[in-house]
Amino acid sequence: MIVRISGEGQYRLDDADAPRLDELEGQVVAIVERGSEDGFLDALKGLLDYVRSHGTPLADDELEGSDVILPPSDVSFDEAAKDFTGEGLIPD
Amino acid sequence: MAGLTGRMSTVVKAKVSKLLDKAEDPAETLDYSYQKQVEQLQNVKKGIADVVTAKKRLQMQESGLQQNVVKLDTQARQALAAGNEALAKTALERKNVAQTELQTLDTQVTELEEQQQKLTDSEQKLRAKIESFRTKKEVIKAQYSAAEAQVRISEAATGVGEQMADVGLAMQRAVDKTENMRARADAVSELEAAGTFEDLTQLGGGEDDIDRQLKQLSSAPAVEDDLAKMKAELGSGPQQAAPAPQISAPAPGEEQPGEGGEPAGAEQPGQSGGQE
Repeated sequence: MIVRISGEGQYRLDDADAPRLDELEGQVVAIVERGSEDGFLDALKGLLDYVRSHGTPLADDELEGSDVILPPSDVSFDEAAKDFTGEGLIPD
Repeated sequence: MAGLTGRMSTVVKAKVSKLLDKAEDPAETLDYSYQKQVEQLQNVKKGIADVVTAKKRLQMQESGLQQNVVKLDTQARQALAAGNEALAKTALERKNVAQTELQTLDTQVTELEEQQQKLTDSEQKLRAKIESFRTKKEVIKAQYSAAEAQVRISEAATGVGEQMADVGLAMQRAVDKTENMRARADAVSELEAAGTFEDLTQLGGGEDDIDRQLKQLSSAPAVEDDLAKMKAELGSGPQQAAPAPQISAPAPGEEQPGEGGEPAGAEQPGQSGGQE
């Protein structure tokens, strides 16, 4: 499974990592949906760090499409809220 | 193919795919897409240059504000030495505003530096992928049947396209950020243009509109602290009526001969108050 962290790069992860990744992502979305910024940065960092620590970076000259694309590490709570909740599901 | 069912990655992926130019017919568009990749690389370079320009603008504004801080501090000292506490306070309030702005600018410059670094990294990645695509497509064309080549080249193009799209998103965010910063920087320029940081001694002690706005902007405790500190430094306690006139150059001839050049301190004799 290839995961891209937007603005950073691509990582190759074992397919077996998908459930955990799904869980971590769910935590970030849950925080965003709750509408309170508390814990947002930690949860996001937890998700991205999981990818960084469990994945192997793709070489720059590897030409692969990603199965999963995650937001950049500096995405703000407001940006995330706009993108991942309510009508934001349909990207503009 | 594994993937997440998660909402977030789906949205981000959709965003990227939207920017991704789907090649209609890889064989036909092969060279065209390579040309587009090279164009995109130029765009990224331009994007980086824009970030650098924005950063320089902020840095210039920073150095201007730094000068203002020094100037206002000096003015406050002079005003206090001359016994005009109200004017000193106004100067310190403005200094406080300038300092707050400086801190904001500092954060923004750091942010832009990070953006610049990220974009530079992305540009290098994109360059590597484009180069890899260029060689790979020749190899594929030579090795595979037309049909097979189409599939493989299309896959490779997706890899490059995704990187291009991602850089595009990063650039968009950088542009948004610099635009926000510019709006704020313009607001500071307006304050400057309105004479906020100009020579206060020209204004006299009167309170104008700017003053009232500034009082809301500046943090009162910080100003009081500054004022107290300055008073202590000048050696003029709040009770003391006579300010020590050591800021402005002493008038010629008025200098005390003294025994060995004592620093002009607060305990100079013969200078009882009464002069404003």
